[in-house]
Amino acid sequence: MSTADLVANAVSKRFADTQAVDALSFSVERGSFFSILGPSGCGKTTLLRMIAGFIAPDSGDIAIGGNSMRNVAPNRRPVNMVFQQLALFPMMSVGENVAFGLGQRGMGRADRMRRSHAMLERVGLGGASAKRVDELSGGQRQRVAIARSLVLEPTLLLLDEPLGALDLKLREHMKIELKQLQAAFGTTFVYITHDQSEALVLSDHVGVMSNGRFEQLGTPQDLYYRPQTPFVAAFVGANNRIVGRTTNRDGALVEIATTDGWTIHARGHGPIAPGDAVEAFVRPEAASLAREARELPGGQPNHTGQVQSLLFDGANSAVLVQETRTRREFRIALPQTGQFSDLKPGEAVLFSFDPERAVCFPARPGAAGRDTAGSDG
Amino acid sequence: MDSALETRWHGRLSLGLLLAPAVLWLGALIVLPHVDLAVLSFRERVGPRQYAASLAQYRTFFAEPLYWRVFVRTALMSVAATLLTLLLAFPIAWVIAKLSRGRSSSWLFILCLIPFWVSETVRTLGWMILLRESGVLPSLLVKLGLTAVPVELLYHDATILVGLIYTSLLFMVIPLISSLESLDNSLIEAAYDLGAGGFVILRTIVIPHAAPGITAGCIVVFMLTLGNYLTPTLLGGKNSQWFTEQIYTQFITRFNWEQGAAFGFLLLALSTAMVVIGLRISGQRFGDVMRRT
Repeated sequence: MSTADLVANAVSKRFADTQAVDALSFSVERGSFFSILGPSGCGKTTLLRMIAGFIAPDSGDIAIGGNSMRNVAPNRRPVNMVFQQLALFPMMSVGENVAFGLGQRGMGRADRMRRSHAMLERVGLGGASAKRVDELSGGQRQRVAIARSLVLEPTLLLLDEPLGALDLKLREHMKIELKQLQAAFGTTFVYITHDQSEALVLSDHVGVMSNGRFEQLGTPQDLYYRPQTPFVAAFVGANNRIVGRTTNRDGALVEIATTDGWTIHARGHGPIAPGDAVEAFVRPEAASLAREARELPGGQPNHTGQVQSLLFDGANSAVLVQETRTRREFRIALPQTGQFSDLKPGEAVLFSFDPERAVCFPARPGAAGRDTAGSDG
Repeated sequence: MDSALETRWHGRLSLGLLLAPAVLWLGALIVLPHVDLAVLSFRERVGPRQYAASLAQYRTFFAEPLYWRVFVRTALMSVAATLLTLLLAFPIAWVIAKLSRGRSSSWLFILCLIPFWVSETVRTLGWMILLRESGVLPSLLVKLGLTAVPVELLYHDATILVGLIYTSLLFMVIPLISSLESLDNSLIEAAYDLGAGGFVILRTIVIPHAAPGITAGCIVVFMLTLGNYLTPTLLGGKNSQWFTEQIYTQFITRFNWEQGAAFGFLLLALSTAMVVIGLRISGQRFGDVMRRT
């Protein structure tokens, strides 16, 4: 693949008793925004540090811009990194921070300060060159850190959860800004995060990582609408998780009965035979809510329940419903029509969902656990 | 009494009581003797129990080459000892602060501390046992065939320097460790990532960050070395030519307290001047530096 800026081939790394990265292979296309999404301890930081060159892989190879990076030190790689805590140099001015890398390439002071100014202009910090780093706001520092790397025109820009330290409002703002910066510069970004919303909003492609492996690699839409593993279904976006055994299979559709006797239907994924333990996932927005049966879409199995609590969150508002017989919690997104604005806890409701939009997988070993009513994960 | 006024008065009283020991200590043991020494240094004996104000003591210092040569020599040797201590202590502090983890780091620190469980006199006598002509090291050199006869390793300038560095090492290591520990490792990684090599990182990131610690260590070591009496006397013998010895001689051997007091003030002026110059060169402020010690 000539257009791939980053190719990892069976890369592994082991620390004492944990396999941090387990024979990973993937490639990132030139100019794309690639995210590695996973919970803490999944090995994503190790992977990023191997790409940057701070850690050497035990086996496998990483190629950047078509060249193998084996035995290439971090200061010789065409890769720059934006650190989690940004790591701006407090002993230098903002302009000197941005000019630092150019100086290492032997560029004269006048030249590199001019380039540094131009770069700061581009990220909207034209007048900040002479300022001290601690005079900048969180978002401005973020931009300086990115400018300091991008001024070197790296083949690959690595970002190690750079939004983690910001407050929510600024984080939302910086998400948009990062995406715009990436589009403006066209540099290939490799971004690691544990925040699924960051990964979905920013990326062209996302690798969902768990225990040193990619559970799934695909577009944000793939991950959200077509999860390939129960881990991805549970980790990406809110989902209702229902554990049970299959009682019947009709083509793609599977009938699932929980131990306490609730029956639902979902699309089966992978080898599932009647009697197998399975995990089913239903998106909160895939379910419809109604006060009377005739309001529900036809042709779908109906369920009854009682409103347990209302989770108002503007456009993301949802309601937690308790299924009548089993007292299981089930999360349903509230439509924006205002139809249910007068809903009260304790009210009896009906709900249904299209089995085609629910998915079920063979149960993971040791994943029998409790059902979860789709909190954001 | 107005209650606000009363509270303020109580606050002042407790502050005063808390500061009292320090003020007493400073006043009685440092300021008073120095005032007395200052008065002593500016007078001259004109007859039995008769004294007159004069600059004769200071004039003697500049008129007698031995005195000011010893003075300059002491200053230069102290600067050399300070710089060598810094060179030696920096890698030690780096290992303790950055490379070792948890237990091994505290063990290494204890290893630096152990020599200080023994008094300075005993430590210096230990060096003498090792280095004197009939001592351990010269006989070892003979056994190894490196020298034909035992050589005297004591009473050289190098010997004095070794002893001074050994005595001062800990006082350099401690401020260096604390300033290096506060250096965020990701700054080093970021510089490395941006293309810098080891020496550039040391010069542009590590040293600027550690500058207050370096300056603090240098000031402490320089003052300790300049004012040291025991180590140069024992390891240097008659050749040591240390300025504190001159002061001792004036006070104890010659009973010339006026001359001794003047020398003492010259030494104080020297160390003050060197500290000011050091701060100027490193661009540090005294307050920042002293917080690191």
